[in-house]
Amino acid sequence: MTSGLVLDNVVTTYGAVRALDGVSLDVADGKITAVLGANGAGKTTLLRTVNGLVRPAAGSIRFGGHDLLATPVERIVTLGIAHVPEGRGVITELTVEENLRLGALWRSDRRRETVNGLATVYEMFPPLAERRDRAADTLSGGERQMLAIGRALMSRPSLLLLDEPSLGLAPRITAQIMATLRRLSAEDGLTVVLVEQNARSALSVADSAVILNLGRVVASGAADDLAGDEQLRHAYLGF
Amino acid sequence: MTFLNLVISGAANGVVYAAVALALVLIWRSTGILNFAQGGMLMFTTFIAWDLVHLHGANYWVGLVVALLAGLVLGAVVERVLIRPIEGGPPINPVIVTLGLLLLLEAVAGMIWGSGVSSFAPEFSLNDYHVGHQLILFSPDYLFIVLAVLGVMVALYVLFQHTPIGLRMRASAFNPEVARLLGVRVGRLLTLGWGLAAMVGALAGVLIAGTQPGYINPNAFDGLLILGFTAAVVGGLDSPLGALAGGLLVGVIQQLLDNYVSIDLDSFYTFVVLLVVLMLRPSGLFSRTAVRRV
Repeated sequence: MTSGLVLDNVVTTYGAVRALDGVSLDVADGKITAVLGANGAGKTTLLRTVNGLVRPAAGSIRFGGHDLLATPVERIVTLGIAHVPEGRGVITELTVEENLRLGALWRSDRRRETVNGLATVYEMFPPLAERRDRAADTLSGGERQMLAIGRALMSRPSLLLLDEPSLGLAPRITAQIMATLRRLSAEDGLTVVLVEQNARSALSVADSAVILNLGRVVASGAADDLAGDEQLRHAYLGF
Repeated sequence: MTFLNLVISGAANGVVYAAVALALVLIWRSTGILNFAQGGMLMFTTFIAWDLVHLHGANYWVGLVVALLAGLVLGAVVERVLIRPIEGGPPINPVIVTLGLLLLLEAVAGMIWGSGVSSFAPEFSLNDYHVGHQLILFSPDYLFIVLAVLGVMVALYVLFQHTPIGLRMRASAFNPEVARLLGVRVGRLLTLGWGLAAMVGALAGVLIAGTQPGYINPNAFDGLLILGFTAAVVGGLDSPLGALAGGLLVGVIQQLLDNYVSIDLDSFYTFVVLLVVLMLRPSGLFSRTAVRRV
């Protein structure tokens, strides 16, 4: 079954640099797909191209029946795509609850969705419930990550894009976050695209993975196979 | 008693400076642009109200409401037509564009209404109150000014803190990219933000125009802009509450120095306040910048 998200031969350039150099990707529905690679491999550019913050020079990106390249950034979330930006991306000047509310604010049924969504997120991440009226800049790194994921879930997405959620987090917190993603995917059928430099923990929860190097897909397949391929690991993943 | 009177009267003036400061803060906070044209914009909307009331016999309240609406529209149009195209360019560009707009508005106002002085009659009496035989430097008109400005500030506070549109506006101001990813149409909210800011400015213009006979002419509000700017900087430039505190402080200090030193140095005091605050606390009294982390 094909999912939502299909990239075909996408080329994204920053001046003379080809950050994405003909990337094709068919993201499996209801699964976790890890996008791995070193710094500068094009992982973040891939997500920014999908959500419209960067427009590609060539190629196509479709989600469901929609041409994402013809969709303004502000409309992407209404198609069911939620984004957890690099460096958490919580709005530090707003309170925890205001950040969460923003996630559901675009919905026409936002009153009901906000009430339900807040209850769900607070149950999933109890530390957020305790700090709901605090400014987000008082949160720890792990709590910010919870907040960013919780805010994304408030929009009730079918596809969740995460950019380096483990960045700067303690291994134990990273494991918790990964377990949460696993559960969301298994229980709610959420499709997850997980961009990570931390290949080991990403592969531990992902169903499949692609490896980017200098803007090209150099390997793709089931997460277990990639994790078992010693040559690949040494060449691109560093473990 | 004189001292108390000077504080009261200075604070009443300061409330108007606070409104101008708020107009500057609202735009600075959401776009990082200092709107030098604000003085010209509120001059223009005040002239529109004056034209309606004094040349066409309209009611004072009609004039005030039209000035506020004109401010809303003017602010929105300035954002869409002049500011949007230079977004993301060098920071000097908005400085030049807003200064240019200031000159343009003053020139156009001169062409329409002439460069002589005109008086805008206040709706309420300027005669000071008495308590027993004691004169209080505070009049019904100033009471109206204080209530109007505080009322607008409370309304804006409720709008920003307790409504979905206010939440969107704050999100757009603090982190436009994340806001867009969450489905917030940042561009529209910036337009609205400029409109609201200019509306607050328009209110300040009409209010202060009535406080002195012969106040209005195309350059009359330049001094008000500098006072408002000082109040905004004193308050930290990105804090609405700071704008209010800064306005009150500037108003009171100005009044005290006018009385105890010399009124001839009136406009000089503003710069003294500005310099002292910038030397002692460069980020202003209420700035959040120090605690903002990424």
